[in-house]
Amino acid sequence: MQSISLALRTRATAALLAVVSLLGFAVPSHAQLRLDITQGVRDAVPIAVVPFGGQAEGGAGDIAAVVGNDLRMSGRFAPLERRDMVTRPTSGAEIRFEDWRLLKSDFIVVGRVEPDGAGLAVSFELHNVRTGASLLNQRLPSSEKGLRATAHRIADLVFERLTGIPGAFSTRIAYVAVDGKPPAQRYRLIVADADGFGPRTVLESREPIMSPAWSPDGQNLAYVSFEGKASAVYVQRLATGERARVSARTGINGAPAWSPDGRKLALTLSRDGNLDIYTLDLATQALTRVTSDDAIDTEAEWAKDGQSLFFTSDRAGNAQVYRVRLDEARKAERVTFTNSYNARPRLSPDGKELALVTLDRGGYRIGVMDLASRNLRVLTNGHQDESPSFAPNGALVIYATREGGRGSLAIASSDGAFQQRLSSDQGDVRDPAWQPFGPRG
Amino acid sequence: MKFMHLAAVAFLSLGLAACSKPTKPDETATPPADAGAASSGLGGEAAAGAGTTATALTPQQQALAAIQQKNVVYFEFDSSEIGQAYVPVVAAHAQYLVKFPTARVRLEGHTDERGSREYNIGLGERRAQTVRRALLAQGVAESQITTVSYGEERPAVEGSDEAAFAQNRRVEFVHAQ
Repeated sequence: MQSISLALRTRATAALLAVVSLLGFAVPSHAQLRLDITQGVRDAVPIAVVPFGGQAEGGAGDIAAVVGNDLRMSGRFAPLERRDMVTRPTSGAEIRFEDWRLLKSDFIVVGRVEPDGAGLAVSFELHNVRTGASLLNQRLPSSEKGLRATAHRIADLVFERLTGIPGAFSTRIAYVAVDGKPPAQRYRLIVADADGFGPRTVLESREPIMSPAWSPDGQNLAYVSFEGKASAVYVQRLATGERARVSARTGINGAPAWSPDGRKLALTLSRDGNLDIYTLDLATQALTRVTSDDAIDTEAEWAKDGQSLFFTSDRAGNAQVYRVRLDEARKAERVTFTNSYNARPRLSPDGKELALVTLDRGGYRIGVMDLASRNLRVLTNGHQDESPSFAPNGALVIYATREGGRGSLAIASSDGAFQQRLSSDQGDVRDPAWQPFGPRG
Repeated sequence: MKFMHLAAVAFLSLGLAACSKPTKPDETATPPADAGAASSGLGGEAAAGAGTTATALTPQQQALAAIQQKNVVYFEFDSSEIGQAYVPVVAAHAQYLVKFPTARVRLEGHTDERGSREYNIGLGERRAQTVRRALLAQGVAESQITTVSYGEERPAVEGSDEAAFAQNRRVEFVHAQ
């Protein structure tokens, strides 16, 4: 889909390697994120995910632990604690449903890991505890290193079978981690599994890195880096680490957003200090100006049909979200009217809602606005919540928050029912972006 | 071209502190009265230890060391107006740049951490442009000035309280010769 000529600009990139460590997708990072349940979830469905047979409990590849954690993270399920499990069935035939009814589990997941040729295979079953009905029974190929990925896949399948919504546990998140005290800080662009496991540093710099944005196929990240002592926008292919500097114009180069077909980036550029939104064709380098206004126009987000952009502007005095059609007239209309500050719009996967930063009763919080009704519901209760990004199934929103003077990531359900924190064991973390599904295999 | 964030420290360590204009506390507004003059604190120490090599410095270097006593303009919340307290600061930098037409300055605009990151890049740029226009109005050539906005990405100090916010809403003059 992408026809980005990454190789063309490697010369420019080479000159910058002195100040930036450009890292292949294989450098482990230490800033591991950990899920902390910060708010009890009402109406979460009790489910037992029994430790799988054929593997030791407690390792990184403990399938039941990963599946249980994923389901807990979704906010819709309350996995049974292992210490409460009196038996360890590994197949449907071994389940004594009355035991699990007593434990008040509505559903049960059992399974086992078996050798399969040179690799492994993981069998699993999902049953309704009340009726005993089998809801899923599958065998997935795996490997010693691939057990966590298989576990996320199982969680996806269980989640979809029970909610009707595809699971997003197999996707990844990108974010920025910052270590050190000002002015000597170190910035890292990190990609990790959606549960925070396996962080990999893809770029490291002494100068700020910000605004990572996934390409629609989930293979590339666009981001802003100040490594040249001024902002520039880069596109990096994660599989190879190869990257291209796609915009380093005089002034600001910021807020990259991919068009739905992956061929263009919307960007914020400045001329004489005035920020406006442009689109850049990645194949032809053709630049098209979208807004022309004395105000700050930034943070573009494409509509699903690629025919209009949502963006932040303070043309009416305060930051609000507008929508501009990408036709000849380029007429912008205001979208947000609730609250005096609304910024950084991000569209839900179904295109019906906008997640944004809203100034709500004195705090910068994450809101979700229904585009048809314009109703705004505030999901969070922090003072400094920002950078919302929808999970590709639309069920969750990841965002950045501040606690105790440190940045951390948090997750809220898009219906506002719960929030939970992904805490980092070191440094500041910020600017999360959730990977889209991309082409599904 | 070499930018000299720490130029003031470097010159002061050569024993020039005594040549610098003394910092009057009332010249700058209250928020972070001494943040822009942080280098003057180092000056005392450094000056005491160094010999008198003032002759090694050009008049331009001496002038630069003097104005870098105050090389930050601070702003009110959500404002890009230069407060009265900082008008003399901007004027001093303008005079230097007019007197030495080959001198260059980079104006680095910053915001506090509140609000959305990319929008804050815009606010930081707006502040840098306000200072740029003030310099142009006082006769500095366009070619002498570049601007960059870091938004909230490079705070001067850590912290999520009003004192930290006040020190982070700023434009820094970064001079090169």
